[in-house]
Parts: sequence; structure tokens; C-alpha cells
Amino acid sequence: MSVAPTNADLAVGGGPSLPETSGTGRKFSINLRQSGIYIAFAAIVLLFTILTDGDMLAPQNISNIIVQNSYILILAIGMILVIISGHIDLSVGSVVAATGAIAAVLMVNHHVPWPLALLITIVVGAAIGAWQGYWVAYFGIPAFIVTLAGMLLFRAITYMILGNRGIGPFPESVRTLANGFTDGYLGNIGLGDYLGGADLLSLLIGVFAVAGIVVSQWRSRAGRVRYGQAVEALPLFIAKIAVAAVVVMFVVVQLARFRNLPWVLVLLAVLVLGYTLLTNRAVFGRQIYAVGGNLQAATLSGVKVKSVVFWIFVNMGVLSAIAGIIFAGRLNQANPTGGDQFELDAIAAAFIGGAAVQGGVGKVVGAITGGLIMGVINNGMSLIGAPSEQVMLVKGAVLLAAVAFDVWTKRRAGASR
Amino acid sequence: MSDTILRMRGITKTFPGVKALADVNLEVSRGEIHAICGENGAGKSTLMKVLSGVYPHGDYEGDIEFDGQECRFAGIRDSEHRGIVIIHQELALASNLSIAENIFLGNEQSKRGLIDWNRTNAAAAELMKRVGLNENPVTQVLDLGVGKQQLVEIAKALSKRVQLLILDEPTAALNDDDSEHLLGLLRGLRDQGITCVIISHKLNEVLAIADRVTILRDGKTITTLPAEGLTEDKIISGMVGRDLDHRFPPHEPTIGDEVLRIENWSVHSPTQHGRLLVDNASLNLRRGEIVGLAGLMGAGRTELAMSVFGRSYGTGISGRIIKDGQEIRLRSVREAIKHGIAYATEDRKRYGLNLIEDIKRNVSAAALGKLARGGWVDDNEEFKVAEEYRRSLNIKAPSVSSITGKLSGGNQQKVVLSKWIFTDPDVLILDEPTRGIDVGAKYEIYTIINRLADEGKAVLLISSELPELLGLCDRIYTLSAGRITGEVPRAEATQEGLMTLMTAGQEAPR
Repeated sequence: MSVAPTNADLAVGGGPSLPETSGTGRKFSINLRQSGIYIAFAAIVLLFTILTDGDMLAPQNISNIIVQNSYILILAIGMILVIISGHIDLSVGSVVAATGAIAAVLMVNHHVPWPLALLITIVVGAAIGAWQGYWVAYFGIPAFIVTLAGMLLFRAITYMILGNRGIGPFPESVRTLANGFTDGYLGNIGLGDYLGGADLLSLLIGVFAVAGIVVSQWRSRAGRVRYGQAVEALPLFIAKIAVAAVVVMFVVVQLARFRNLPWVLVLLAVLVLGYTLLTNRAVFGRQIYAVGGNLQAATLSGVKVKSVVFWIFVNMGVLSAIAGIIFAGRLNQANPTGGDQFELDAIAAAFIGGAAVQGGVGKVVGAITGGLIMGVINNGMSLIGAPSEQVMLVKGAVLLAAVAFDVWTKRRAGASR
Repeated sequence: MSDTILRMRGITKTFPGVKALADVNLEVSRGEIHAICGENGAGKSTLMKVLSGVYPHGDYEGDIEFDGQECRFAGIRDSEHRGIVIIHQELALASNLSIAENIFLGNEQSKRGLIDWNRTNAAAAELMKRVGLNENPVTQVLDLGVGKQQLVEIAKALSKRVQLLILDEPTAALNDDDSEHLLGLLRGLRDQGITCVIISHKLNEVLAIADRVTILRDGKTITTLPAEGLTEDKIISGMVGRDLDHRFPPHEPTIGDEVLRIENWSVHSPTQHGRLLVDNASLNLRRGEIVGLAGLMGAGRTELAMSVFGRSYGTGISGRIIKDGQEIRLRSVREAIKHGIAYATEDRKRYGLNLIEDIKRNVSAAALGKLARGGWVDDNEEFKVAEEYRRSLNIKAPSVSSITGKLSGGNQQKVVLSKWIFTDPDVLILDEPTRGIDVGAKYEIYTIINRLADEGKAVLLISSELPELLGLCDRIYTLSAGRITGEVPRAEATQEGLMTLMTAGQEAPR
């Protein structure tokens, strides 16, 4: 088979074209690889909903899942960027503890006003990230080693700051941010006998969020059509948006029925939106994928690879500090052992969410979904009264299965070449 | 008949949606060197993978008869057991192990479960002698050049009592001396009764060494011919299915003003202290001109190009770069791109492309700023730009969202060229732009290079293939041991003349 060349000059070089490799089987496996994680998430939620007679999706429990996992999800956002760039960060648990401790000392011992204290804490987080980023990017030590050292260093610093005891309690505002709910400025509204009363403001925010999703997706699709790009079939597009809208509204209604929107959910939504935009659309985001995909090619394309890697670690430090504040605020106390093994949860979330060990691949939404999968497993298993060793067992198996699935689909895609 | 050692009949191998081999027949006589020629994607490597058991029996149709017996290999171990050994283009050596360890890797010389080092090294030395590898068996492979590593692979094959040796592009990475040695070695092995199947793009080598040539095209056997009386043009016309009366597109240059001048350029080695890689080189390029840079491997061509391209290679760089009459300083790749200089690497897979990303993201990689406003990329514009290049450069892919790692070499090279053309350079340095690319795609690349020159860009073409330089360039510089040894206009250039200049001063380097 031969393709007619588009240019008369090239006629001699027409030659055999590369085989069109898009059989239906292949398309299916690619879709499966991209959407497998969401299907798995839905299946796990469904499973625990059945096992818990619906308690899984009860208003208070949904709120709990979000608030209990918020700091892991925040860390997962930073971790996915680190992993896309081809590195790893083992120190985040210790950095969470250290920044939480600094926030506590500032607010509790030195009575620094809380907004200033949070700002200082975040700057310290950035400085910690810059420290590690310097060794990785400019000095050239593998991130595994630098952050393994950081894991010890920052844990030690935490002990030195706190002196082997917890410091608390935190000011009311910080506790609200970590653990509290938005105020119902507009009062409640009745949703009928079955659902009862719900917070109007939360519902409105939910409606706006859904409207935002619909409008932005539609505009993006229209833009692609205008440029003659391939888009998914309209029914599939509508179905996807409808599913997203139903899920968002369901969660919002349940939360509105309980105690309004948790502040951390608002924070998370902002972070997810911002970082999704960053990775998809920003020049910096593109450079992260370029560095992780092929370091040398990125260098020779004029990407300042060292600076990109440096800022990724600064970013991880900032997000670790935010997670540190929320975690300490939620416990109302900064603890020297706090944040233990958070790095493992964040890394697992990123890999369950489809990141590749070699770098260059991964999505923020994927990491969030990966984090939620583990959160739901934690929560669901504790609801049915499973002991913690069983939870650990299941989480380990899920991590292995998720990555095995990814490797398997990749190999199948490679074999059909 | 013991005359025929290998008979492959009716081999058909399909991948999902693609027929890679369709009813291929191959007969190889005992003790001959049999060359297989064909464009990239013609099915050469697939055929060899079928033969060596990489694709096990049942995965393909047709049958294989080796040494008079039907073969049903379940894996590569089975075929090696029968004496069929394949040496791939990318060598499979463990670089931190010694030569001897590599030769007996997977076939360790052991006594009661412990490796017998004396026997290992002595046996390795014996095999190394047979392939003419004059090294200590305990030398680490990473200390050897590519040519010697290839010999280690062949010694490894000999250790397995090879009867049929398959070599996939054995000289692609070798310089002329090493290629010559390797070809001599293959003749020697043939005289010892070892049959060789060689896959090569270098048709002059094929003609020099092969006894018979089988040509594949689009997964089918076209013909098998004795090499005696065969010419390169005949092989090429068999490979591409048409007569190729000219391998280079006609081109009338329109040469303008000088755009880039490099003066007294010197570069030192980043790894070997004090070693001079480029020695006081001066050259200039004019608008609309295609200038060749000829040199043997190690002459410093790539080092010269990369050091000019924002000091991306080498240390202790000195000299001046004058662009459009003004001296410029290029301290980074970004500055080089900003000043309108582009460099397309000789190793597109390692240095040129992000193979896990799609075409459009690779095309935009070096000039993302042109598609961005306030740090945000307009991906619709990106799509449009990539689509334009896909059409104008004839990149054969279903869409610009295809992953570059799955494209053929020629199409990958077109993506690399698109990336650099999109930076809108005045000067394009193309380092071996047709390496590992089949004949048809080469012609397309040549056409693109001519078109770029016609648009008023200056092209510096680095190539190991002298006919390519002679066929494309308006002027050719020769580089030998880091020094410019000649500047020859197209009309006066001959292969012999260039070769003389390329080897000038090699004997007494400063």
C-alpha cells in the first residue's frame, strides 16, 4: 500500500507508508489504560457501598473521606509533578511534620498572628524545597538520595523544634481551615422529605461548578472542532459530562445536607484546577513532561532543565507546608511523629493514578483519583471493621495491581507494533 | 540436499491490522554470505525474528527448515541451540562486565556451580583471537569502542558453536576501518564454513561482501540474485520498486549574503583534560547555501556543531561567532535558538525526540514560546502548526497526536526537522539527517533541505556519506582531527579528493 505524496517534488520518495495501526482492539486498550483508573475507582466505591449498606455514601462519611485524606491529596499533586519529571521525593512526610511544627511554634509559643505564621511556614516549605532542589538539579545527586537524606534531616529538625512533645492548640481559624466547614450565609433550603434540609450556598457553588465544567468543556471542544481536530463523538462527550455533573452534584448535595462544604475541599478544588491547568496548558507544565520524557532532547531544545527540576522541588516544598498546616490543624497539635509514611501514600497515589516510573507520564487528576482510591479503601474497610493489617494488605495489593495493569497494557501496545 | 542450510517457506506474520510478512521465501546456501536488503519496514527484522525464535512457532504461518530438519522454535534459546545466532543492531553487552564474562554470559564456564575463571578467560582469549580482537579478556567492555564491542558479540556467537550468524546492520555505527575489519572477519568465518546472513543499508558493502542478495519489499520477497554483476542501482530499484535514475533531487541554488561566520573556533574535551577536539576552525555560511562538513568519525564534526549551538558540548571553548556581521555570544541553547541557529542531532532517539509524546508536542518543543501567551500554551494553534508540518513535510502518521516512538526513522527525522524549522532559524545545522533512514525517505529529506535553502536559510550539513555531500552541497569543508583541512566548491569536489583532505594531517596530530 502506498500513500500518494502531497508534494510533486516528493513523488519519487512516496514509498510504502507506515501501517495504520489503529485497529479497534488497540483503541480499546488505550481507552482502557486511560480510563481504567476511574472505572476501578467507581467499582471500589460501589463495592464498599454494598458492603456497608450505603453508609459509604452517607453525608457525614463523604465529608470524612475528604477531610481525612486532604493532606495526602495535596501531597499527591506535588508528587505527581516530581514523578513526571523523572524524580522522587521521599522526604514529604518529614517536611509535613517539620512545617507543622514551625507553624505551631510560631502561633502557640510566639503568638504570631495566624495569617503571618502560615505565610512564614509556606516560605519555609519553599526554602526546604529549594534546598533539596539545589542538590538534585544543580549538584546532580539523585533525588532518591537527596530526599532520603531529607527524610532523616527534617524529621530530626522536627524533634529539635518540638523537643519530643506535641505543641497545641492552634488558633480557631487554622482549625477551621483544616477541619471546619464554610458558613451557610444563605441559610438552608428544603429538598423534600427524603433528603431533608441542605445548605443553599453549597448547593449554589455546586451548580456553578457543574456549569463551569459544562461551559469550559464545551468551549474547548468547539475550539478543537474549529481547528479541525479530532474530537470524541458527541454522545460520548455528553455522557462523560453528565457523569461528571452527577458525581459532583451528588457529593455537593450530600455535603450540603451534612454541614456545608469543608474548607479543605474548597482549597483542594482550587489546587486541582490550578495544577491541572498548569500541567496541561502552561509552558512550565509542558517543560516538566519534556524533561521527564527525554532529558537530553529537552536540553537540546532550549529547556532550562535544571531550573525546571529546581522549581518542581520548591513547589513540592510549598505543598508539603500546606499539607503540614492542615494536618497539624486537624489534630490541633503538631507532633514529632506526625506525617510518618505520608510520602509512601503520596507516591502510591501517583502511581495508582497512572504515573510511569521512568517519568514523562502522569496527570494531576489521576494522582487525585489514586489518592481517593486509597482513601476509600481505608475508610470502607474501617467501616466494615477490618483490622489495620488487612487495610495495609489490600492497599499494597492495589498498588501492585494498578502498576502491573499499566505495565501490561503498555506491553500489549508495544507488541502490536 | 545439504547444499541449502536454511529454507524458509511461505512465512506470513501479521500484527493487529498489519501484515508485516506476506508469503516470504528465503533460501540460504551453506557457507555463503547472504545479504537481505530492503527499505525500513520492508520486513527484514521481522523475518529474522521469526527465524531466531523471537516470534515462536505458531505465531506465524509457513515453515522453517534448517540443516535438513523442520524447526519449531519456542524461543531464542531453541534457535541458539541449533546454532542460529542473531546479533542485533543495538549491541546487547553488559558494559560493566569483562570481555570474557560477556562472551560466556548465559553460558558460564563453571565447575560444581562455581565459575572457573581460568577456563573462562583462556577460552575467551581463544575466541578473541579468532575474531582478531587484540585485548585482554578481563578488560571491561565499556572501555572498548563500538567496533571492538561488535567483535565481542561475534566471539560470543562463536562460543555458542554458531552455524548461521545473523547480523542486523553490523556496520551502521562503525567507522571505515572497523567496518573493513568486520567484513574481512566475516569472509574468514565463511571460509571456516559459517554461514552469514547480513542485513545492511550500505549497499556498497553488500556488494563487496555478499555472495547472494535477497531483496524484500513491503513484506514480500522480490528476488534473490547472485551478487556477481549486481549494481547498487539495481538493488535500489528492487527495494523501492521503481527505477531511481537520480538519487538526489535537482537544485539550483540562489546564494545570498553571509549569515554566519565562525572564526578560530577551538573546543576542548569535557572528559579528557586538555584534549583539543576542535582546533582553530573557521568557516562561513551564506543565505540559501547548503554547506557540507565532511570528516571521519572522531574528526570533531558533532563537537564543532554542538559547541556552536549554545555550548551544548565541550569545555574551554574559544573563538568568535559572527551573525549577520555582528559578533554574538551564545552561552546557552536558548540563546542560540533566539539568534536563529538550530541544530538537529545525529541521534534523534536519544537527543532529538521525546519518544513517549506525540508529534505535535515534539514539533512545538523548541519554540513553545511562539504558541504561548503569558505562559499559557494555545494547544489549538499547536495542533494547527503541527498539522501544517505533517502535510508539508509528508510525515506519514494517522494524525499529529500519534506517538513519535512508533514512527519509522524517516518520519521521526521529519518530526525533528519540523521542530527546528518551527523555530524559524536562519542557520540549520543538520547532523547526519539521513542516518538509518531508507532510500525513499532520504530523497524526501533531501528535497526538504533544498527547500529550506531556497527559503534563504543557510544549511550546514554534516554527513558520513560522501555521495550525499556531493549530491546536495554547494560547498564542502573537510575536517580532520579537529582542523579544517579544506574548502571545496561543488564543481571541484570528488569522493577521492575529499577523502584525501579528510585524512590529511591524521598521522601527526599536534
